[in-house]
Amino acid sequence: MARGLAFDISHLLAGGMVLLSFALLYQDRMFSLLRIYALHALVLSLSVAWQAWVQGAPHLYVTATIALAFKAIVIPVALHRIVVRLGIHRTIETVVGVGPTILFGLGLVGLSVAVILPVTAESDALAREDLAFALSVVLLGLLMMITRRNAVSQIVGFMSLENGLVLAATGAKGMPLVVEISVAFSILIAFIVIGIVLFRIRERFDTVDIHALDSFRGERR
Amino acid sequence: MIELTPLDILGEAIVVTILVVPAFFAGLLALLPGYRLTARLNVAAAFVNFAMAMLLFVARPTPGLYLLVDDLNVSFIVLTTFVAFTTSAFSASYIAHELEIGRLTPTYLRFYHAMYQVLMFAMNLALVANNIGLMWVAIELATLTTVLMVGIYRTHEALEAAWKYFILGSVGIALALFGTILVYLAARPIIGQGLDAMAWDRMLRAAHGFDPVLLNLAFVFLLLGYGTKVGLAPLHAWLPDAHAEGPTPISAVLSGLLLNVALYAVLRFKMLLAANVDALAPGPLMVAMGLVSTVFAAFMLYRRRDIKRMFAYSSIEHMGIITFAFGMGGALANFAGLLHMTMHSLTKSAIFFAVGHISQVKGTQKIADIRGLTESHPVLGWGLVLGVVAIAGMPPLGIFMSEFLIVSSTFARAPGLALLLVAGLVIGFGALLLRLQGVAFGPPAGGRAPVEASYVPMFAHLALVAMAGIYLPEPLVRWFQNVAALLGG
Repeated sequence: MARGLAFDISHLLAGGMVLLSFALLYQDRMFSLLRIYALHALVLSLSVAWQAWVQGAPHLYVTATIALAFKAIVIPVALHRIVVRLGIHRTIETVVGVGPTILFGLGLVGLSVAVILPVTAESDALAREDLAFALSVVLLGLLMMITRRNAVSQIVGFMSLENGLVLAATGAKGMPLVVEISVAFSILIAFIVIGIVLFRIRERFDTVDIHALDSFRGERR
Repeated sequence: MIELTPLDILGEAIVVTILVVPAFFAGLLALLPGYRLTARLNVAAAFVNFAMAMLLFVARPTPGLYLLVDDLNVSFIVLTTFVAFTTSAFSASYIAHELEIGRLTPTYLRFYHAMYQVLMFAMNLALVANNIGLMWVAIELATLTTVLMVGIYRTHEALEAAWKYFILGSVGIALALFGTILVYLAARPIIGQGLDAMAWDRMLRAAHGFDPVLLNLAFVFLLLGYGTKVGLAPLHAWLPDAHAEGPTPISAVLSGLLLNVALYAVLRFKMLLAANVDALAPGPLMVAMGLVSTVFAAFMLYRRRDIKRMFAYSSIEHMGIITFAFGMGGALANFAGLLHMTMHSLTKSAIFFAVGHISQVKGTQKIADIRGLTESHPVLGWGLVLGVVAIAGMPPLGIFMSEFLIVSSTFARAPGLALLLVAGLVIGFGALLLRLQGVAFGPPAGGRAPVEASYVPMFAHLALVAMAGIYLPEPLVRWFQNVAALLGG
C-alpha cells in the first residue's frame, strides 16, 4: 500500500512537470512564462524531496533545496528584473505557431514514452516511468528553445530542460554525484543569467535580413 | 588493502599535480597584476604541466573510483599539455600586441590568463576522470571557460558567437548528461548502486552483462551530446563563429585540444558498447557522422571569406576524418585515427599561430585583404604555406601519412565509403590551395608592419609534423599500436 502511494505521488509530481512544460510551450507573455517556470522548479523540488524520502537518500534533500531556493526563487526574480530593465516584457515572438508546436510537443511525449518503456522493461516501474516523464520534459525544453527567438525565453527553455535532467538523475536510484551535478548545472545557469545582464543579449536573431546575417558571419566583403 | 609501490605513489602524485597546478595558477593569475609577469607565469605553469604529463609514461596511479590513467588517455594528456604549453608561449607574445592596440584591457588580460589555466584544469580533469559524472562536469567547465574567452573582445560579433556557442554547447552537454544517466541505469543492476556503477573501468569489465537496449539509447544521446562539442556536422554551427571571433590562441586551443577531449569522451563510451556483444555496433553511427562532416565541411571551405572561419571549417573536416577512422575501428584504422588526431592538433594550432600573426600585421581577418604574404613577410608567409600544405594532406608531411592509412585501410573493407572520403579530402584540398594561392603569393596588400612575436611555437609544431611524415619513432609507433588495440573494433 505504502509502495503504491509512493509510486502515485512521484507519478503525480513528474506528470505535473510535463504538464507545466506544455504550459511553458504555449505561454506567450514574458512574466507569466517566468511564473510558470518558478512553478516548474517548485514541482521539481517537491519531486526530488519525495524521492529523497522514498529512497531514504538524505543527500537528495540538498538537491531539492537548491531547486527550491535557486531555481524557484532566485532565478525567476533575477530574470524578472532583467526583463524589466531590458524592456522586453511584451509578448514573445514564436517562430512556429502555438497549435503546431503543441501538436509536435505531444508527439515528442509519445516518442519518449515509446522509446523509454520498452528499453527499461526490467527496471522497477518507478524508475522507468520517471525516466519517460523526464525525457519528455527534456525534449519539450529543446522544442521550446527552437521555437523561441527571444534570449530570455530560450533560457527558460534550457532551464526547464535541465529540470528534466535533474528529475531523471534523482529517479535513477542511488546515482552518485547527483548533488554535484545539480550544483554544476546551477553554476551554468547562473552564468547564463549573468551573461544576459552583462552582454544585454535581447534576441538571437535580430532580423531576418540576409545581409545582417552575412555581416554577422563575417562573410560580407 | 592493496600494497602500494613507489611507482604507484609517484603516479598518484603526478595526476594530482596536473590537476592542482593549473587550479592553483588560475587563482594566482587572477590576482596578480601586470601582464608581463602573468603571461610568463602562464607559460611556466603550462610547462610544468607538460613535464609532469611526460612523467606519466614512467609511472601511473592505480585506477581509483574517480581517476584513471591508462595508455589511451596518456597519449591524449601528453598531446593536450604539449599544445597547451606551446600555445601559452604563442599567447604571451600575441596578447601583448592586443593590449597595445587596445583590444584588451589589463583587467581582461588577467581574467584571460586565469581562464586559460581553468581550461587546462578542466581538460586534464576530463581526460583523467574515471567517473563518467566527473568527466561530464569537467567538460561542462571547459565549455564555460571557452565561452567566456570567445566573448572576451566584447564586440557584437564576439558576443553573438559566444552566445551561440553557449546555447548549443549547453544543449549538447544536457544531452550528454541524459546519456550518462542512462549508462548508470544500465550499470546499476549488474554492479550495484553507488560510485562503482559510474567508474568507467569497472563498467568496462561488467559491460557484457548490461542491458544492450539501454546502452544503445545511452550512446545515441552521448554521441549527439559530446558530438556537438566535437563539432560533427549537423551540430557544428557554433564552431566557426567561436573560432573566428575569439582570441587566436583560444582558436588554437579549441581546434587543437577541446575537440579532441570531447572525442575522447565519445571513444570511452564506444569502448563500453563494444564490450557488449548484443549492443548496437557504435562504429557505423560514428562513420556516418564523420563522413557527413568531412564532405560538408569540404564544400563549405570554398565560400569562406574570413581566414579564421575557413580554418575552423577545416577543423570540422578533420574531426570528421578522425571520427570516421575511429568509427571504422580495427588496429590499422584506430592507429591512423590516433596519428591523424595528433597531426591535426599540431598542424592546426600552428596554422592558427600563423593566422594570429597575420591578422595582427595586416589588421584584418578577411582573406580578400590579405595578399602576397610570402613577399611582405617571407618567414610568416612560408610558415603558413607549409601549414596549409600540411593540413591539405600533401606528401610527405604527417597528415598525408595518416590520411593515406585511413583511406587505404577503408578501401580494403568498404570501398564505397573510401571513395566518399577521398572525394571529401580532394574537395577540401582544392579549396585550401585555392585560397592559399591568393593569400600567400602575388603582389602584397595590407599592412607591412614587421611581426614582433615569436615564430618558435609555430615552427616547432610544423617541424614535428614534417618529421612525423618522414619518420615515426619506433616507441611512438608501438605506443599507438597498443592504444589502437585497446580501442578495439
